[in-house]
Amino acid sequence: MEPTSPRFKQNAHAALANPVLQQALAKAKVGFSARRRAAYGQLPEFEALREEARAIKEHTLAHLDFYLEEFERRVIASGGQVHWARTAAEARDAVLAICRRLGARTVTKGKSMISEEIGLNDFLEAQGIVPVETDMGEYVIQLRHEPPSHLLAPAFHLLREQWSNSFRAAHKDLPVDRRLDEPRALADEGRQVLRQRFLAADVGITGANFLIAETGSTVIVTNEGNGDLTQTLPKAHIVVTSIEKAVPTLEDAMTLLRLLPRSATGQELSSYVTFSTGPRRADDRDGPGEFHVVLLDNGRSAMLNTEFHDMLRCIRCAACLNHCPVYLSVGGHAYGWVYSGPMGAVLTPSLIGVETAGHLPNASTFCGKCESVCPVKIPLPKMMRHWRERQWDRHLESKRYRAGLKLWAFMARRPALYRWGAELAARFLGNAGAAKGRFARLPLAGGWTGGRDLPAPEGRSFMSLWAERRRREGSR
Amino acid sequence: MSGEPDARGQILGGIRRALGRGSLSASEAAPLRERLAEPAANLIPARARGLDAEALVALFRTLAEKANATMARVPDAAAVPRAVTEYLAGHNLPAQAVMAPDAALDAYPWSDQPLLRVRRGRAEVADAVSITPAFAAIAESGTVMLTSGAERPTTLNFLPGTHIVVLRRDQLVGAYEEAWARLRATAHERGEQMPRAVNFVTGPSRTGDIEQVLQLGAHGPQRFHIVLVDR
Repeated sequence: MEPTSPRFKQNAHAALANPVLQQALAKAKVGFSARRRAAYGQLPEFEALREEARAIKEHTLAHLDFYLEEFERRVIASGGQVHWARTAAEARDAVLAICRRLGARTVTKGKSMISEEIGLNDFLEAQGIVPVETDMGEYVIQLRHEPPSHLLAPAFHLLREQWSNSFRAAHKDLPVDRRLDEPRALADEGRQVLRQRFLAADVGITGANFLIAETGSTVIVTNEGNGDLTQTLPKAHIVVTSIEKAVPTLEDAMTLLRLLPRSATGQELSSYVTFSTGPRRADDRDGPGEFHVVLLDNGRSAMLNTEFHDMLRCIRCAACLNHCPVYLSVGGHAYGWVYSGPMGAVLTPSLIGVETAGHLPNASTFCGKCESVCPVKIPLPKMMRHWRERQWDRHLESKRYRAGLKLWAFMARRPALYRWGAELAARFLGNAGAAKGRFARLPLAGGWTGGRDLPAPEGRSFMSLWAERRRREGSR
Repeated sequence: MSGEPDARGQILGGIRRALGRGSLSASEAAPLRERLAEPAANLIPARARGLDAEALVALFRTLAEKANATMARVPDAAAVPRAVTEYLAGHNLPAQAVMAPDAALDAYPWSDQPLLRVRRGRAEVADAVSITPAFAAIAESGTVMLTSGAERPTTLNFLPGTHIVVLRRDQLVGAYEEAWARLRATAHERGEQMPRAVNFVTGPSRTGDIEQVLQLGAHGPQRFHIVLVDR
């Protein structure tokens, strides 16, 4: 997918003016955070688990080569294969080679962000293989040729009318006069249509939430059960995943699983957590005949031990999206690529370059909510700051922005001058805005006043009021 | 393995370069191998520890029901078939089911319910109801643990609209870690590895994708019913 991240500002303006999106976001604002809060409240050990989860991920990353080799060894021992992919193109080619060898015409797909990251659907289609997304939300956005707008609820930006229109346009063989105005009817139709797709598929592709070195198992976490039908029914199961998903043991996975659903949807556990180890056994009556793991790097190994290292702990729970004032105002599509919200603002520049995605780490109020809800304690605001520093070092901002920042830095390094300037500005703006108490427009501050008024200062700067008070108290 | 000839080496080499070291020496790897060979439990929440049999059942029931599962408790094996037919009748479902070809289910007197038609095998699309044994159940989240094998086809857990699990009370544990310990012990006893599929099932299938309104029965079962047998 061609990123539209360079147009973040335009995207955001359009999103703010989109009434359907704003209606969907209004629902999300209340629901997501309330559900997490309830789950958090019912588990007194939540904070201690966050610390353990962070430690498990850090331990794994510090020995990632070892755990990946152990994982690979056990996948092979259980009859599966591992395909290492440095780039998105190598991962796509690995998937294609398997599909070609099996003569696959259709593949079903469980929800996978790595699949989105490598643009697998468009690629397979171009090769004459029909990919069918089977997560309800992924299915409808595939029909609409849209990217996901959320890590877990990829179609939460759509209202039932959009679902209904997309289903009618796609399911031409169903009665025209059927009713599709309720979520129940839409879910039933999705189930019915996709049932046939599950049965017809030659290959099933899923992602993985965790890769377990101890057993060579891949783990998926779902609520619909689509991932399990995707991987159980066809001739082959391909897991497309990335290197940082490794964990040492089943016990380690369980610690992370105590946090993932609670942080994501507020569930004690998602409906289905499935541990898959190798292909169908000799005496099995069902299950895939082949088991493949496509292991993607795509820039991740280069993040190790850099200022973006901590991002590799991310378990994709979406809590940072669900609590971000920026994300909840503009939705996921404004971010212009696969990952959105605070985790997207940090990860996207690592994967597609800060030149392309430089706006994203700037789309933050630095309120810190994302870091405070992160189950693996990723310091997201700090890393957004690091991206801003890199932008500065590479001269990626506009000349005017740099000049303004340099002027500010010049002043900030000279406290006396800064105080004098602040006092002067406070007096001047205080006088000028005394009548209304606010400014609707101000030269050089269009970025601020374009969306809201600037309150007029009281006429004195804090520092001068403070100094005056100190003098008064000292003379007493 | 396959893929670009040196992709594997380059990725592993890149990781080692970033970590500022070469491959781990045998002595450096030893504690890691230990960690994999003798997996240790991390923090287990207090709610899952030190529960007696009745407290386990109570917690399991509360959380399973919170996840929209239903549960019937019967005193002994003789009462199981009737609990199944009563559940089916109560939901206007036909007295017909596909059942796991597992010896564990032979312990129940199915012939007591002559109207219940049972086929043994994997699930097919036309099957509306499945009956399976469980490997274990976990009270801390109201979860049933199912393992695949010749006698326990995975399709039974996902294709039919209604899934009935027969669970013995002695299969109920407090924490996930206890369930894994039991699985390792069983596998070790039989000289087997991990089952191909281990399914943790907590309630029926669901989706919140459409306007965040919860709908049960997205792609998997719409009903998930547990028959708990005391002895």
